[in-house]
Amino acid sequence: MSKEKFIKLVSQAVPLPIENIDTDQIIPARFLKATTREGFGDNLFRDWRYDSDNQPIAGFALNDSRYSGKILVAGKNFGCGSSREHAAWAIHDYGFKVVVSSFFADIFKNNALNNAVLPLVVSDAFLKELLDTLQANPSTEVIVDLENQTISFNNKKESFDINAYKKTCLINGYDDIDYLLSLNKEIKEYDLAHS
Amino acid sequence: MSVERPKTIFEKIWDKHVVKRSEGYPDAVFIDRHFIHEVTSPQAFDGLRKRGIGVFNVNRTSATADHNVPTKDQHLPIKEALSRHQVETLRKNCAEFGVELYDLGHPFQGIVHIIGPELGLTLPGMTIVCGDSHTSTHGAFGNIAFGIGTSEVEQVLATQCILQYKPKTMRIEVNGTLGKGVVSKDIILYIISKISASGATGYFVEYAGDAITRLSMEARMTICNMSIEMGARGGLIAPDETTFNYIKGRKFAPQGRAFDSAVEEWKKLKTDDDAVYDVVLKFDAADIGPMITYGTNPGMGMKVTDRIPTVEELKEINEQVSFKKSLDYMGLEPGSAILGKPVDYVFIGSCTNARIEDLRTVASMVKGKKKAAGVEVWVVPGSKQVQEQAKKEGLDKIFEEAGFELREPGCSACLGMNEDKIPAGKYCISTSNRNFEGRQGPKSRTFLASPLSAAAAAITGKVTDVRDLSY
Ligand code: SF4
Repeated sequence: MSKEKFIKLVSQAVPLPIENIDTDQIIPARFLKATTREGFGDNLFRDWRYDSDNQPIAGFALNDSRYSGKILVAGKNFGCGSSREHAAWAIHDYGFKVVVSSFFADIFKNNALNNAVLPLVVSDAFLKELLDTLQANPSTEVIVDLENQTISFNNKKESFDINAYKKTCLINGYDDIDYLLSLNKEIKEYDLAHS
Repeated sequence: MSVERPKTIFEKIWDKHVVKRSEGYPDAVFIDRHFIHEVTSPQAFDGLRKRGIGVFNVNRTSATADHNVPTKDQHLPIKEALSRHQVETLRKNCAEFGVELYDLGHPFQGIVHIIGPELGLTLPGMTIVCGDSHTSTHGAFGNIAFGIGTSEVEQVLATQCILQYKPKTMRIEVNGTLGKGVVSKDIILYIISKISASGATGYFVEYAGDAITRLSMEARMTICNMSIEMGARGGLIAPDETTFNYIKGRKFAPQGRAFDSAVEEWKKLKTDDDAVYDVVLKFDAADIGPMITYGTNPGMGMKVTDRIPTVEELKEINEQVSFKKSLDYMGLEPGSAILGKPVDYVFIGSCTNARIEDLRTVASMVKGKKKAAGVEVWVVPGSKQVQEQAKKEGLDKIFEEAGFELREPGCSACLGMNEDKIPAGKYCISTSNRNFEGRQGPKSRTFLASPLSAAAAAITGKVTDVRDLSY
């Protein structure tokens, strides 16, 4: 349930220059046994973050003290694979509010939006520049302006697309389900006519 | 008089299910059938409880336990506490909300995408969702079926609708005759290797062409199943006589007169002649060979006789880092061959290839042969009904004599949520659908292939070209 409101974010960002990051990497299946939505952040990127003795793996961005912030920047086709919403919960629970990539898998995109996480699509060129800049200078601040649909850092700026409905939901903290529940009568009629 | 614009089968089904289309909103699409399982439903039921509402229409919802269940001794309580809790939570939720559950031990239990078609719950023209990305499997019957997240599971439980933007459409045609040793799994692995793991993102795919329509229903399901592995929202095949014959007499399918009139309706589910797709791709069946994956996404596949590309051969420079990382994980060298590479495990199972035809194919290959020493072979049927049928046909004896282990139904080593995990560093040739890092267990290494290729590897102990064996 996306109840947090989101308008503008100024934050450092964590670079993850890997492509095709699938949801099995974001949250491995063995952590899907919970029956609540909380606590998944501890296992975000579990097998890249910790070794088999549960020791942090040096060099992985989330273990690198130079990196912090509420924005994750990742290679193209982020979130492919399994539909598990646990991936979005893990990202949200860890504290990320935006994931920037040049391409997202469909189901992940929906799941993120349903959990107050903005999947922000930028051009390949912008992504590369942002990743390079963050790696060279981890303290770079990134500004995500949802209202005006722009992302910027240093003096680079790019606009991004988001459909108007989802934007309104994010800004106001609305849920799809609220809207669907308001259609109850029409849905009942449809169901009756088609059973 | 305005003439209606020609439509694709996808558009016909979609448009018919739109309950409400409002400016500035995604379509509210009615869902005919909702499948749920233990892993992606508990938080959705909690949501209903918090809102104080029930399930909109329990007759449109079916549940099973599959992802997290043991494949041995299913009659005993589940040993692992968290898994047990999850299955018990499903039981409790289904009882409280009045949803039919095919629980462990039930004759209809099995992998959710195997039991839907098998029971006649999956029919042409429907909209079908499930909190699992391989829901695309059901599209083989000519319907719109796609995977959703848990928030969406909650929406569908609460309202029988989902809010969705209409995806773009893609037609993939495969024409011509398949060569020896080439089966439907090879067709789909081939297509994905050509268009990449993200090549169909944003699209709903329709598969067509004579190489597709000649396939059995079970083989068609294998193709539609893996649509998601190229990023597609789903994949479908227009229904035809093969489809109707498969459905006829199934438990929950329309019977007698009702069946005949349903067939009349289903026959209309065809793409109009002049309908326009956003993208059309064509492949020649003769170009396809037995396939294998070498990397850590299903797009990294090739003919078993090919060699892995070198870094220089990659089309996109950007991909080099991920490519190297992937091959390092797999312990493979760029430019090398996979044929002859020893395997440690063989997994025959999953919603991609654990139907009775798959088991028959494997049995035909291994009959009278023995597995190679040192290889462990698990055959995990897709459902209780498949398991029973295999026994009835004596396939269990063939497997036993070959040294294969026939287990009880579930997702098993497809995702390694239960104890069926491939150990770190070991190679598994698998009939499942994903070769992601750690998918079959932490640090496990997966080669995706057809049931035929997997069976061949079980016998030789290494990656084998099935055409070199007699079967
Ligand atoms: S068999 Fe594998 S892919 Fe199919 S539903 Fe189970 S976990 Fe998902």
